[in-house]
Amino acid sequence: MIHALSLSDLTVSRGGRRLFTGLDLRLQAGEAVALTGANGAGKTSLLRTVAGLLRPDAGEIAFHDGDGNRLDDHLARGREVHFLGHQDGLKTGRTARRELGFQCDWLGHTQTGFDHAVEAFGLEPLLDLEVRRLSAGQRRRLAMGRLVGSPRALWLLDEPMAPLDARWRAVFADQMRRHLEADGLILAAVHDPLPIPARTLDLGGLA
Amino acid sequence: MSRPVDAEPRPPGLRGATRVLLERELDLAWSGGGGPLLACGFFACLTAVLPLAAGGDPRTLSPVAGGIAWLALALASLLSLERLFERDLEDGALDLLAIGHLPLESVVLIKALAQWIAVGLPLALTAPVAALALGLPVSLAPLAALSALIGGAGFALTGALGAALALGAKRGGLLIAVVVLPLFIPPVVFGAGALERAASGQSPAPALAFLTAYVLFAGVIAAFAGAAAVRNAQG
Repeated sequence: MIHALSLSDLTVSRGGRRLFTGLDLRLQAGEAVALTGANGAGKTSLLRTVAGLLRPDAGEIAFHDGDGNRLDDHLARGREVHFLGHQDGLKTGRTARRELGFQCDWLGHTQTGFDHAVEAFGLEPLLDLEVRRLSAGQRRRLAMGRLVGSPRALWLLDEPMAPLDARWRAVFADQMRRHLEADGLILAAVHDPLPIPARTLDLGGLA
Repeated sequence: MSRPVDAEPRPPGLRGATRVLLERELDLAWSGGGGPLLACGFFACLTAVLPLAAGGDPRTLSPVAGGIAWLALALASLLSLERLFERDLEDGALDLLAIGHLPLESVVLIKALAQWIAVGLPLALTAPVAALALGLPVSLAPLAALSALIGGAGFALTGALGAALALGAKRGGLLIAVVVLPLFIPPVVFGAGALERAASGQSPAPALAFLTAYVLFAGVIAAFAGAAAVRNAQG
């Protein structure tokens, strides 16, 4: 299980444009970091880099377990990292039940993961609907289901609350709090402050 | 402080993850506007139009029946390739597939396998009908189906590679056709060759062996090159 994430001297560019250089960050179990910065500052790119979807120009991303041993990058990402991006990754033509089931199964789950997810985000009435019939907020809740349904230590969240209404923001805040209490780690790109105690890492703005 | 061991997530296991993804892919292939039926319909239309274009005389038609059937098969196999990766890239599902237990190489192979089952298998069942309609002797119908089935695996694998290479390109469907059709030449040659040899009383085994060798080769290339292309499109 991932106990610490460390980024050292990280440099990332996108489409030939340097987003940030020499970024250092250390995130411990039970901690949350809120990434802030102007549009285009590189928040999403940083999250994608940590998830292994983007290759950094320079620098290192390391995952460590509780004893301080470095974990294999592929194994850590394939078993212990959740990435919830702008897009929900849901298939519009399939039912919510099938999509949530696939996401939980694919990412690895406990016996009761699916039921926990349904309960946590109030998905029961949505399960038999096709994803195309769901609103943006409902889709986001469905996508969030995998965070609970498939327990993984590091949550990489990109504007997770944006489409949610006040009620579900509070519910999600509660889930984040629980995740931190269970020694999870959260790295979230946000514009509004996170509703949980979190350090802030400001990527600045465009020059 | 850390979680007790039995609260750790249970990974689905490699076989479990393979099954889960395969089921999803098959579901998507069949539910997304009936892609397999469309491919079979296209295949049947092509083989129905060709005799009209070339004249219905069996003496001109039957010597080339195997070749025409295989050409039509290759074209029909192109149809649903765009769906294979492009939709997953557009809706963000490809990111999800990239952080699962299975490496991307396996994801590409499983998607190709689903393509083979969903599209290659129905086409292989249509192939004997089409070939007979073009004037192939009835005794060769089982061989037409078998060779189309083996060839379908090759089409699915190289097709998956082409679909991965065309990711993110505008008019990707057309690009896939241009990238993939040249790679379809060997299976067309071997497949039509098998039918031709059998029609002239020789054993089709060598041609089928070449066809199978192509499939194995395509499997290795498609897995690695396809995964690299997907990573490139995500980055």
